[in-house]
Amino acid sequence: MIEFRIDSTSGMSPYRQLVHQVRQAVLLGVLREGDQLPTVKEVVAKVAINPNTVLKAYRELEFEGLAEGRPGVGTFVTRALADSSFAAHATLRKDLGGWLIKARRAGLDDESIAALFESTVRSRANEGAA
Amino acid sequence: MSAVIEASAVGKRFGRTWALRDTTLTVPAGRIVGLVGSNGAGKTTLLNLAVGLSRPTEGQITVLGSRPGHDVEQLAKVGFLAQDVPLYRDLSIRDHLQLGARLNPRWDAASSHARVARAGLDPTQRAGALSGGQRAQLALAVAIGKRPELLILDEPVASLDPLARRNFLADLTELAADGLSIVLSSHLLADVERVCDHLIVLAAGSVRLAGDVDDLLATHKVLTGARRHPDRLPAEQTVIQHSHTDRQTTLLIHTTQPVLDPSWIVSEVGLEELVLAYMATPPADDTTAAGRPALRRAG
Repeated sequence: MIEFRIDSTSGMSPYRQLVHQVRQAVLLGVLREGDQLPTVKEVVAKVAINPNTVLKAYRELEFEGLAEGRPGVGTFVTRALADSSFAAHATLRKDLGGWLIKARRAGLDDESIAALFESTVRSRANEGAA
Repeated sequence: MSAVIEASAVGKRFGRTWALRDTTLTVPAGRIVGLVGSNGAGKTTLLNLAVGLSRPTEGQITVLGSRPGHDVEQLAKVGFLAQDVPLYRDLSIRDHLQLGARLNPRWDAASSHARVARAGLDPTQRAGALSGGQRAQLALAVAIGKRPELLILDEPVASLDPLARRNFLADLTELAADGLSIVLSSHLLADVERVCDHLIVLAAGSVRLAGDVDDLLATHKVLTGARRHPDRLPAEQTVIQHSHTDRQTTLLIHTTQPVLDPSWIVSEVGLEELVLAYMATPPADDTTAAGRPALRRAG
C-alpha cells in the first residue's frame, strides 16, 4: 500500500500529483502488480482532497493500463512500469550526460540548461500541434 | 446530474444597497462547491438565502427542489454551519447532541456521538469552554447528525489552527465520498483548490465565474510573449486579464480551442491565479458581447 501526500505549493494539481506518485512508486518497485491502491475514502481521510480528484486519478491510471478497478473490491496495480522504455533509460541518460558536459563547456549554468531544455521541449510540442 | 441549488435572477437588497444582484446559478449535486469572493461580495447573503434565513428581494431560489425553509421536510435535508459557529454556551456537548436528537426526525445518534468522541471532545464539557477548533467540530457533528443531503458552511475553517483545519477538511471530504453535497465559502484558496471540484466566484454582488474546477482550468490559459496589443487575438480567445511591460505582454485568456500562435508561451493557469483575476475583473455587463473586457483601455 502506498501513502499519498499532496504538496499544495508544487504547482501541480492534486490529481496529477496522485497519478505521478503511483507511477513513481511502480517505477521504483514500491508498488508491484496486484497491490491494492488505497480506497477513495482512505485517501480523502488522509490527505483531505476532493473524492472526485482521487476517482479521476484512478481512472487515468486505468486508462494508462497501470491499474484496474474491480467493482466492490478496489483498485489494483496491473503491471510493472519497468518495460521497454525503462530499458532505454540507461542509454538516454548517457547521451544526456555527454550533452550536459558540452553545455557546461559552452558556459551554461544549471538554470540556463533547464530553461533551454524546457523551451526546446515546448517548441517541439508546438511543432507537433501545428 | 441533478442540481442542489438553483437560483434564477436572484437579488437581495438591504435598504438601498443590493448585496446580491441578478444571480443565476446551478449548483450540481454530489460536489464540494467552493464559494469565493472578497469581503462584502455577497457570499453570506447567498448562503443565507439558500438555507432560508432570508428571502430574495427578487428572483427565485430553489434548494433540493423546493423553496428554502419552506417546510419541515425541506429543513431536515439541509445542514447549515453559520460563520460565527452558533452554539449554546451553557449547554454541554451531550446536551447539544440531545437537542439535535429531539429536533431532527432523521437524527443519527451513533455517528454524531462517534464524531464527537473521535474529535477528542468530553461530552460533559460546556460549549462555552471549548476552543475554536472544538466548537467547529461540535457544530459539524450537530449539522451532520441530522443527516442532511446538502451541507452549507459559511467560512467554516477561518478560526481553526492548521491541524484542526486539516482534520475538519478531511471530515468534509469523507462525507463527500459518501455522497453528501457540500457548499462552503472560504477565503483560503489553497483549501478550496484542494477540496472543491466546483467553483463559484462572487464579486460586488454578482457571479463572475462558476463551473467545474477541471473545466475552468482547462479553458483558461496564460499567454506570455513579446509586447503586443491584445486586440489582435483570434475571436475565440477572450482576454480576462492583461498586463504589459515595455517588452512583454502577459494575458490570461478564456478559450475552448488550442492556442496555435507559436509566438506565445502558453502555460496552464493555477486556481488561485484564476480566482484572483475574476475577483478583480469588472462585471460582464461592462464588456461587449464578444467579451473583451477593458481592451480599449489597454496601452
